[in-house]
Amino acid sequence: MCFCARANLDQALILKLAAQDSDEQIEAIHLLGSSGLGEALQVLKALSEGGLSVVPEQVFFFRGTQAIDAATGQVLPQAPENADTVIINNRVRAELEETLAGLKLLDADPEIRRRAALSLLNSPAAQQLPLIQKALARETDSGIRHLLEQTAAILNIQSPDVTVRLKAVQLLGQSNRANTRNVLQSILAAQTEPDENVRKAIQTALKSINNRLTLTEFLASMFTGISLGSILMLTALGLAITYGVMGVINMAHGEFLMVGAYATYAMQGWFRSHASLDQDAYLLAAIPAAFLAAALVGMALERTVVRWLYGRPLETLLATWGLSLALIQSARLLFGAQNVELANPSWMSGTLLLPWGLELPWNRMVIIGFSVLVLMLVWLMMNQTRMGLYVRAVTQNRPMAGCMGIHTGRIDTLAFGLGAGIAGLGGVALSQVTNVGPDMGQSYIVDSFMVVVLGGVGQLAGAVWAALGLGIATKFLEGWVGAVIAKIVVLVFIIVFIQRRPQGLFALKGRSVDLGG
Amino acid sequence: MFSLTSGFFRGQIGLGKLVAAGLVLLLLVLFPLLHLATGPASLWHVSDYLITLLGKIMCYAIVAVAMDLIWGYAGILSLGHGLYFALGGYAFGMYLMRAIGPEGVYQSDLPDFMVFLDWKRLPWYWTGTDHLLWSGILVIGVPALLAGIFGYFAFRSRIKGVYFSIITQAMTYAFMLLFFRNETGFGGNNGFTDFKRILGYSITSPEMRIGLYVLSGLVLLLSLLLCRFLVASKFGKVLTAIRDAESRAMFLGYNPLWYKLTAWILSAVLCAIAGALYVPQVGIINPGEMSPANSIEIAIWVAVGGRGTLWGPVLGAFIVNLAKSYCTVAFPEYWLFILGFLFVAVTLFIPEGIPGLAKRLTLVSWRKR
Repeated sequence: MCFCARANLDQALILKLAAQDSDEQIEAIHLLGSSGLGEALQVLKALSEGGLSVVPEQVFFFRGTQAIDAATGQVLPQAPENADTVIINNRVRAELEETLAGLKLLDADPEIRRRAALSLLNSPAAQQLPLIQKALARETDSGIRHLLEQTAAILNIQSPDVTVRLKAVQLLGQSNRANTRNVLQSILAAQTEPDENVRKAIQTALKSINNRLTLTEFLASMFTGISLGSILMLTALGLAITYGVMGVINMAHGEFLMVGAYATYAMQGWFRSHASLDQDAYLLAAIPAAFLAAALVGMALERTVVRWLYGRPLETLLATWGLSLALIQSARLLFGAQNVELANPSWMSGTLLLPWGLELPWNRMVIIGFSVLVLMLVWLMMNQTRMGLYVRAVTQNRPMAGCMGIHTGRIDTLAFGLGAGIAGLGGVALSQVTNVGPDMGQSYIVDSFMVVVLGGVGQLAGAVWAALGLGIATKFLEGWVGAVIAKIVVLVFIIVFIQRRPQGLFALKGRSVDLGG
Repeated sequence: MFSLTSGFFRGQIGLGKLVAAGLVLLLLVLFPLLHLATGPASLWHVSDYLITLLGKIMCYAIVAVAMDLIWGYAGILSLGHGLYFALGGYAFGMYLMRAIGPEGVYQSDLPDFMVFLDWKRLPWYWTGTDHLLWSGILVIGVPALLAGIFGYFAFRSRIKGVYFSIITQAMTYAFMLLFFRNETGFGGNNGFTDFKRILGYSITSPEMRIGLYVLSGLVLLLSLLLCRFLVASKFGKVLTAIRDAESRAMFLGYNPLWYKLTAWILSAVLCAIAGALYVPQVGIINPGEMSPANSIEIAIWVAVGGRGTLWGPVLGAFIVNLAKSYCTVAFPEYWLFILGFLFVAVTLFIPEGIPGLAKRLTLVSWRKR
């Protein structure tokens, strides 16, 4: 805001601010607000904070210890005595806050302007129109200009002038917001529009908005589907590894998600207690912490329980279920039964605005990128390292791998730890989009089993495709039939699918022996 | 009774049978008589709480027997048997809801939750549920049909092991979500409750309570005997052969599909009957009964009692559930630890359950001699 050129405010207007009558006060606020001057903003801010004082014929406020005349902006040599604070009632306050919000349109910071423009667009008020036009005249950022033009158009659509209305409708036709569509539809429905041409323009505007919105909605559900799929993938990757290597289904796998999420929470707490650290970095520190925590828990479980149940997959199912109960209850005792709250780091909050009004939340974008990164690391590990070679060897033929000198028992432990660790990373990702609670793992376990079943046993590629496919399918179905039916449809599909291809999408090629009998 | 004891002393009847007969007498004759005959002040009085608890556990025991039939003898671990239990409960619950008549909160002929949803007519699938007989047919028919369709396709494509278990779990999970919806027409979250009467008799009267209790006991006894007869028959032998070596049984000319399917459907129907007996005794049924956690708990009753013994799972159901109702009151925070430990300990240390443990202990003492 520019303070170099001082403009004097109208003395009479300033005095009206201190009037007894609320209507007069409101009028003064509106007039001051629509002037769009920085000085007016200062005065109104002082009024809002209860810092505006009045003596007869003079209104002033304090900046630090200096008393400043509200009309001229001059520093007074001495604060007048016996001043009364200007008091405003709730109605006036509401108007004042609205005006102040509108004045943000003239702020120097483009981000503040953008936010102010967005909130105006969501709830436009007619008396803001002069201010909006003033802001439009000086706005240089095209994105904010667009928002302001849309807001002005929504207001202008009520204008008595036909040409103004027509122009407004044409402007709105370029919009891609569902709100705008609602505004136009309500005008058509109310049948208040007298002019034939304007009505026709509204029809064409609606058509073009609808076309764009369909595309946007399609892309948006695609995006949320991929983001859900990427979390499913992180869960299912670990499950696929352990199932492939050991042939056991780990019912406690969802709890590794929970362990990872709570490790993130603990890391956030540790960062908060050390104020000198950059708070936004807690998430980066949480990634190794969550991996290690989940991997250690996983390795401990493998050594103490799972290892003793080889060749008895059904009993492993039950034993690991018991472990998951114990893990959930431990989390409940350690962190409380309530969900804990995790803050997105500032670089993950907010949304990325794309053309056609597509808004992509940063946290989901980061999660997708993170999952791709983890996937690449796992792929490298499985295909380029010695340990990966061993894991694949044990997956394909355990006795033969043992004969070749591979310590299969150790590979089991490491593979189990790796699977758990990946789930822990999934927990970090999950903690950024949903609530973190003791039984959060349970709600993902059925889905991730389905991914493994669909993808095929021990097949990483299968797990990846199945996770993405399930994620996208679920989100699209949710758009059509609602969340519950979508879930049921997906489950039924998988059950039917398994009838056709019991080995999953990507079956191991070769003569796999049916060990059952 | 007399011939039993004399048979025992002459060595014709084993100790086990005598104990079993004694327990049956205690549970089905003595407890109900004491409950009806003595007042709450009496030392010998069997309280309402105990009768309800035991009645409930006997329903669970029926489920445990049903589970043992397919897990112990056919080697199929279902993690979704709670679904059939709940379906049976819902089918009978429909009758109970209709029997409330216009005595509900809204004094409408429709069940309260439908009035609340502003429905004007009963959905088609509620037709005829005001008749006890039709509701009884539903109790058996619906789960049998569902189990039949599901089992036919699953067994035909030879899905087994953990795959099968996981799919049964997904199935009960899907049904739980379905029943949680208000629009499904089964009361949503709250399910059915506030039952008033069966065939005009009040559901809260002591006679009704004892009637349901004894009925549960008799059904338990009958299902035990039926399953014992089945597993001892040729059918049971083939079933066991399929469990141990499915391919070999196939090469010998048996089609595993029909054997497995029969056992599977019978097991589902037994669960459903247990559910139908359970609902009037506890007075509520809601979709929570279909949660995967509930179904897995059934497996632990069977595992504790010992698979493939039939009477063992009954014992297991009693032990685990008595422990549960005690622990969840005495130290609720630790019950999940105990249950979790039970799952791990039973699978790790006593895979044959309590009978196996007993056998091992007697072997140890024999060796010491």
